Amino acid sequence: MINVIREPLIFEISSPGKTAVKLPELDVPEKKDLLNGVPVRNDIEGFPEVSETEITRHFTRLSQMNYCVDFGFYPLGSCTMKYNPKVNEKVASMSCFTSSHPLAPEKLVQGNLELMKTLEKLLCEITGMDAVTLQPAAGAHGELTGMMLIRAYHTAHGNPRKYVLIPDSAHGTNPSSAHICGYTVKEIKSSEKGTISVEDLARVMDEEVAALMVTNPNTLGVFESDICQIADIVHAKGGFLYMDGANMNALAGITRPGDMKVDVLHLNLHKTFSTPHGGGGPGSGPVAVKKILEPYLPVPVIEEKDGQYYLNYDRPQSIGRVKSFYGQFLVMLKALAYILALGPKGIREMAEVAVLNSNYIRKSLEGIYHLKYDTPTLHECVFSDKYQKDYGVSNLDIAKRLLDYGLHPPTMSFPLIVHGALMIEPTETESRRDLDLFIEAMKAIDREAKENPELLKSAPHLTYVRRLDEVQAARNPILRWEKKE
Amino acid sequence: MYPENLYYTKDHEWLKVEGEEAVVGITDFAQKQLGDIIYVDLPQVGKILEAHQTIGTVESVKSVSDVYSPVSGEVIEVNSELSQTPDLINKDPHGQGWIVRLKIKDKSEINNLMKAADYEKYLEGLEH
Repeated sequence: MINVIREPLIFEISSPGKTAVKLPELDVPEKKDLLNGVPVRNDIEGFPEVSETEITRHFTRLSQMNYCVDFGFYPLGSCTMKYNPKVNEKVASMSCFTSSHPLAPEKLVQGNLELMKTLEKLLCEITGMDAVTLQPAAGAHGELTGMMLIRAYHTAHGNPRKYVLIPDSAHGTNPSSAHICGYTVKEIKSSEKGTISVEDLARVMDEEVAALMVTNPNTLGVFESDICQIADIVHAKGGFLYMDGANMNALAGITRPGDMKVDVLHLNLHKTFSTPHGGGGPGSGPVAVKKILEPYLPVPVIEEKDGQYYLNYDRPQSIGRVKSFYGQFLVMLKALAYILALGPKGIREMAEVAVLNSNYIRKSLEGIYHLKYDTPTLHECVFSDKYQKDYGVSNLDIAKRLLDYGLHPPTMSFPLIVHGALMIEPTETESRRDLDLFIEAMKAIDREAKENPELLKSAPHLTYVRRLDEVQAARNPILRWEKKE
Repeated sequence: MYPENLYYTKDHEWLKVEGEEAVVGITDFAQKQLGDIIYVDLPQVGKILEAHQTIGTVESVKSVSDVYSPVSGEVIEVNSELSQTPDLINKDPHGQGWIVRLKIKDKSEINNLMKAADYEKYLEGLEH
């Protein structure tokens, strides 16, 4: 990365009258009254006026300060920041897709509908579920949709119920989704192995519990091996088993939530199925269900009749729409391209390599960084700063120092059941060389913690900006530029 | 190091009994675990709480945590200073960083809480 001297805001390099594009002189009579009665936007005061060179250099410099999956390793545990294959982008940018209008008549978009239906079927096959809605626009949106389906079922059967059970090793969005859906959340504590305690669950499960929301593998990367027994306990009291499928890249092609008696799950196309994530989104969080919940799926549902696809809105038990139009169509295409490119064997290999890579890191750093749970883990592993704490160094200092090594830090301070957590998920897209770079950096940081802790506490030293004041940023955020008088 | 005149919960709240009333806050251990506190969500005065019910939430740069009521009672005052200066909890968790004042419903519930020495022993067991 190039070290850039302080790059001003584009507003600050503006000078009046400058433009990037020079239009030819007007050679026809001016028509001033052409827009009479048409609302015209007023000039925006302080709108930057810069030359083409200035615009290009400004944004190129900003892009060089950024860190992205095309630049390097991004081990954000539970966020699955894997590489986004370029062929996906190529497919999604084909003009036959980008030019098709969402309100085009069904007979003109048969191909699009067929692709969506194909993706639904493939997701059913991968998850072992019966039906899928592609509408939700993100993982948490999928969670909410899933919970709404559960609520709709219970309501239709006389009692929406009151509670949703969530283990303390679940994804952080789960309690929020259940709460927004009108449920009161009861937390279940993890056992020493970092998994759900079947006894605890049996004690709290009753006829007022609408569902159990399980993240499997959970945020420690541990597979809930009692999942079938857990499902039986929940089902015996008429509850549903919701699975947060955000960690599906640990399971895909190897085992299926549907076979684990899961009733509803959401997937993150922008994680497991390699579509862009975060700022590169948008996200897509399809929800897969068993037959029992199918009548409640959002409308429209894509159906096929006499070789023609159509959108069915006539579903009286449906929870209604959860997204305008049909979800993020171009993102679905990218995921479909990925699944078809990998094929069944490739999907399995994706999960195997994701698990292998994570365990390679775990084994290489074991003993140097503290592991609270020694239970075997799948696609991610959670270390803590316990050993480095002896030198006054915290997980934050370790994360900041990683920036100096040109690496993105892992997820920090989550899950909450591990104090000073460093949650590492390499994903399958990293080469041995990249994994080794990370491991060597982590080992070097541990040595620095012992020899020169101050170096870590004041890190990063080599980045464009030094350590930011997170407290100030949270308490007094400056969200937009304002002209200084 | 933990004041003798306070009672403590396993979830790291403290309770200071003053006649029929009590003041509630979070412990020094809790504020250290949370890190720099940036926001405190306070309840309405008049809210009736049962023991273990959520009083409000404390948000730090790292996480958001619920604060539970150590005993049942009615909220009669909240520490409105915390809306402007939530870091009072970091600076003085057992004093100026208090969160709410309750009118205690059933004083016998206090017997369920830990004394300073027991809490310190409990913390030793928690050290990861």
